[in-house]
Amino acid sequence: MDMSFSPQDLAFRDEVRTFIAENYPKDLKSRRTRGEMTKEEILTWHRILYKKGWVVPHWPVEYGGTGWTTTQRYIWNEENARAETQALLPFGLAMVGPVIYTFGNEEQKKRFLPGILSADVWWCQGYSEPGAGSDLAGLKTRAVREGDHYVVNGHKIWTTLAQYADWMFCLVRTDANAKAQEGISFLLIDMKTPGITVRPIITMDGAHEVNEVFLEDVKVPAENLIGEENKGWTYAKFLLGNERSGIAGVSRSKKAIERLKSIATAELVDGSPLLKTDEFSRKVAELEIDLTALEVTELRTLAAESKGAGPGPEASILKIKGTEIQQRITELTLEAVGNYGHVNVPTGDLTGNEFVAGPDYSNGSAQNYFNMRKTSIYGGSNEIQHNIIAKMVLGL
Amino acid sequence: MDFSFTEEQTLLRNTVQSLLGDKYDFDTRRKIVKSAEGWSQPMWQQFAELGLLAAPFSEELGGLGGGSIETMILMEEFGRHLVVEPFVETVVLAGGFLREGGSPAQQEAHIPGIIGGETVWAFAYAEPQGRYNLADLATTAKKDGEGYTINGYKAVVLGAPWAQKLIVTARTSGGQRDRDGVSIFIVDKNAPGVSTRDYPTVDGRRASEITFENIKVGADALIGAEGKGLPLVEKITDQAIAALSAEAVGCMGELNKATVEYCKTRKQFGVPIGKFQVLQHRMVDMFMAYEQSVSMTYMVNLKLDENEAERTKAAAGAKVQIGKAGRFVGQQAVQLHGGMGMTDELNVGHYFKRLTMIDTQFGNVDHQLKRYSTAA
Ligand SMILES: Cc1cc2nc3c(=O)[nH]c(=O)nc-3n(C[C@H](O)[C@H](O)[C@H](O)COP(=O)(O)OP(=O)(O)OC[C@H]3O[C@@H](n4cnc5c(N)ncnc54)[C@H](O)[C@@H]3O)c2cc1C
Ligand SMILES: Cc1cc2nc3c(=O)[nH]c(=O)nc-3n(C[C@H](O)[C@H](O)[C@H](O)COP(=O)(O)OP(=O)(O)OC[C@H]3O[C@@H](n4cnc5c(N)ncnc54)[C@H](O)[C@@H]3O)c2cc1C
Repeated sequence: MDMSFSPQDLAFRDEVRTFIAENYPKDLKSRRTRGEMTKEEILTWHRILYKKGWVVPHWPVEYGGTGWTTTQRYIWNEENARAETQALLPFGLAMVGPVIYTFGNEEQKKRFLPGILSADVWWCQGYSEPGAGSDLAGLKTRAVREGDHYVVNGHKIWTTLAQYADWMFCLVRTDANAKAQEGISFLLIDMKTPGITVRPIITMDGAHEVNEVFLEDVKVPAENLIGEENKGWTYAKFLLGNERSGIAGVSRSKKAIERLKSIATAELVDGSPLLKTDEFSRKVAELEIDLTALEVTELRTLAAESKGAGPGPEASILKIKGTEIQQRITELTLEAVGNYGHVNVPTGDLTGNEFVAGPDYSNGSAQNYFNMRKTSIYGGSNEIQHNIIAKMVLGL
Repeated sequence: MDFSFTEEQTLLRNTVQSLLGDKYDFDTRRKIVKSAEGWSQPMWQQFAELGLLAAPFSEELGGLGGGSIETMILMEEFGRHLVVEPFVETVVLAGGFLREGGSPAQQEAHIPGIIGGETVWAFAYAEPQGRYNLADLATTAKKDGEGYTINGYKAVVLGAPWAQKLIVTARTSGGQRDRDGVSIFIVDKNAPGVSTRDYPTVDGRRASEITFENIKVGADALIGAEGKGLPLVEKITDQAIAALSAEAVGCMGELNKATVEYCKTRKQFGVPIGKFQVLQHRMVDMFMAYEQSVSMTYMVNLKLDENEAERTKAAAGAKVQIGKAGRFVGQQAVQLHGGMGMTDELNVGHYFKRLTMIDTQFGNVDHQLKRYSTAA
């Protein structure tokens, strides 16, 4: 047992810290103060890392990975969080990329992996449907094989950032008669294909983050099928496992707690810092302790993984605890800013001259808090994660 | 012991229910919130015509002779419909200051305008450094001949963009957080030297940042005795807390109803999700949180005229209850609606946002816990 960094690790840390300091664009304000970013802004950091060859540390080297150790990857995440760099979109890098290099054929790897690495192709995740959320296997979008292509009809929902997407990886039903999980296939669909309509869904914080995607007689070449027909559920679950472990967000939460503390230092109660009051300092301490426990739990998971064990059902712990902590941070941040929590930061079509009251650090704190309620709903809701632990870990 | 309502009170509830049922559905409310003004003047006029703005004033003052229970009834219904119009600011707060602290001349000058729906008021008390401490005032009012000159800055003044008149707290003497030296003034919002910057709030209302620069007011602008205003501010804000508790009860009641209904109809894994026991227990907890909030809301509205310590405990206690319950019910209503709960389209998120903001108005859970525990 050893939790400290080796001299090599420390040297690595200095190297990546310097790289980030020298290469992260100063004007690329982290999404902290809301106001939606443009598509190009969202991709800026991705493109810089791509040039450096550091965009997919977690991929096998043959597909573009860096070959870093688990510890080095951990340090890399830490340093990015520390510098509050723009988070990379998971849809290509963390989700469909690994599915393609694991289950795709050579042709598909050649065709799709480069665009994922370079960010020239934007991917979205077409899993959920109005009738199939937690019960994902109940999905109804149909794909019927006709000669060398499939004809797809259906309705996807909650599709994150589909408004920018070039491609969607999509779960479709190819066998209506099989048991729910056994008639599903994993299709890659070009969003420019005729018959696809994307309609925005505005969330309660005013953001346009999710969409509905309607598919009407969409012709998809059969060569866009990943793996075998009707085996899509296996690939989908493989992907969900990756999604779940990435969701803990420990490093980012650490930084967010630091920020919370600085806000609570600036905010005054009877002339002295809020952070100095018993009530508030205890709440922050509790949060930090929760996060420390989660961090070590994650490190234990990573250590097991580096010895060959994949992220098992225990990864559900990371999802549940990670999102609870993220939500709690935004809750306490909103609490810290006091009366200025009321202020709405305008979203949508802006003139740039909107007045936003209160100190900068208070801007958007309520909207962030509202937005983060999503984290216990998406990626397999926290209730579903409890079910998974109960069933798979405790054997109940 | 009797928790029933009088016939008049039931009638009042029916009146407001049928008005809001007919004219304040969620789509209408959305249009009102999105409009340039952000509130509905015609709706306010209807409130006046139906006597809602007169309900808590005595008959001598031209009102209907009701009290806190009438306000509670109205506020619960306003909560159920997420009414944005400034009833708390105008009737409960400004009306309360005038009723309980105003001179006969001030009452005569201002209460008819409130009851008639002609004048809208806002309460400018909070300051950036003061958080929830009502006495923490950097705004000053200096004696100036017969009257006063006011200078200072007020933060997040809810409803101010719609108001013609302001109730302003300012320091006439003493150190920045002294209990003594707080005075209460009536200020015209369009008086020279008042400048405002307006903006929307996250719960669909409007607020202003207000700067006062050498505002001259006469002696007749002072409510109550100079420097002795804090006890009245505390009393009236406790009345506002009682009103907000009722509004929160209205919001929670609607959220619980919507959530139970949704869980009975939404199917996953071939069954209504309400069949999952973990969700059943969650909804039972939401129901209990609601019932406890109803109880505290009745309690505080019945105790507003008790002595200061009793009243403080009642108000702080109610605010703690609705703060905690509002957070729990709001969060869980969203959670149990899944992705739908996150949308702007569904009303669920809007109740949640309103409940969240109610917690910050006049001091959140932590602030009120402290007040409760230090009340003599
Ligand atoms: C902001 C956001 C972004 C998203 N992005 C994407 C995306 O990019 N692509 C995509 O495909 N999907 C996406 N989703 C969809 C997300 O995965 C679903 O919302 C989620 O799976 C829940 O499904 P649902 O919304 O249909 O809720 P439901 O499944 O209807 O759940 C409603 C409630 O019932 C509970 N529940 C359901 N079943 C059980 C059970 N067996 N036991 C106990 N409780 C249960 C749930 O936990 C929840 O509280 C996103 C969602 C959100 C909110
Ligand atoms: C975009 C998206 C992302 C997702 N991310 C993840 C993820 O990261 N990890 C993940 O595991 N899931 C995730 N899900 C949810 C996923 O769809 C499934 O719910 C989950 O993988 C189990 O599916 P299953 O049908 O094989 O299991 P099933 O065995 O059918 O059970 C599904 C869950 O519901 C419970 N359940 C089923 N029937 C009942 C019942 N009658 N009473 C009580 N409980 C019941 C089970 O205990 C289990 O937890 C995600 C869904 C979407 C749409």
